[in-house]
Amino acid sequence: MNSQIEVSVNGDVRHFPREISVEQLLEQLSLNPALIVVERNGTILRRPHYTEITIENGDALELVHFVGGG
Amino acid sequence: MPTLMDSAVYDKPLVIAGRELRSRLMVGTGKYKSNDEMVAALDASGAEVVTVAVRRVDLDRANEEGMLHHLDPDQYLLLPNTAGCFTAEDAMRYARLGRAAGFTDWIKLEVLGDKDTLLPDTEATLRAARELVAEGFTVLAYTNDDLITALRLEDAGCAAVMPLASPIGSGLGLMNPFSIRTIKSRLEVPVIVDAGVGTASDAAITMEQGVDGILMNTALAAADDPVRMARAMGLATEAGRLAYLAGRMPRREQAVPSSPHAGMLD
Repeated sequence: MNSQIEVSVNGDVRHFPREISVEQLLEQLSLNPALIVVERNGTILRRPHYTEITIENGDALELVHFVGGG
Repeated sequence: MPTLMDSAVYDKPLVIAGRELRSRLMVGTGKYKSNDEMVAALDASGAEVVTVAVRRVDLDRANEEGMLHHLDPDQYLLLPNTAGCFTAEDAMRYARLGRAAGFTDWIKLEVLGDKDTLLPDTEATLRAARELVAEGFTVLAYTNDDLITALRLEDAGCAAVMPLASPIGSGLGLMNPFSIRTIKSRLEVPVIVDAGVGTASDAAITMEQGVDGILMNTALAAADDPVRMARAMGLATEAGRLAYLAGRMPRREQAVPSSPHAGMLD
């Protein structure tokens, strides 16, 4: 069994270890969970659940934050 | 900001969805040359409501700082927008992400219908407004200077209606004062003119129509000195508002002397 999973993150294909949580994934990408919103397969994940939610092979993630805008 | 303190004597504060705001000017955070310049301009403007966009994190610059590194949510009401969305569905998706990213259920709803003019798709805006209101959002809806759409947005439950002065980023100023006055006269929710002002006189003229507030971004960010322009806009917004409340003198096409005839020497 492949020890890696393939995940789309903001449109890029990335590989992560199996059983990785949302929290760990953000940490691996050097992102501060408090400032990021994670949408998985079109559903927004709630921040308090980042530690419990495991990313699955084939998931499509969108990681967004606030930027300057009118 | 002594001017804003003083203004409390002359005017009531703007209230949207039960929240009392310290300024009738709202400003965007886009297109500044640096974050320091943006922060200084926001401060100089006196605005409390500050719009932000929701975008993907740049993974190659993972430590790239988002807006929350620079703006204190206790000092500003960070108002997420749906800028750049061309369908109701996209706008609703961005609205939900904005609510999850921030600290408020307020959303500046914007659904565009044309890439060249960035004019709003009013039908899609209405549809998104109804759904977002049903989901508990406090919707401030960007729209055309069209009375019928403004009335429908109010009926849909929007907390404020935001007709344009002129196209986004154009700096052309208030193109149709009549339409804006008509909208203001017919709506009960606050009317905030959004987009198109270029300089301080535009802001004053807009506020002189009697609207409740004004939102701008490019007029500050694209000025040679955004911080000074921010201060000018804060003053002009207030000046226009007070001039409206004061009631201007009638226009006459004849001169009328200011000094008395009586008492002139023979």
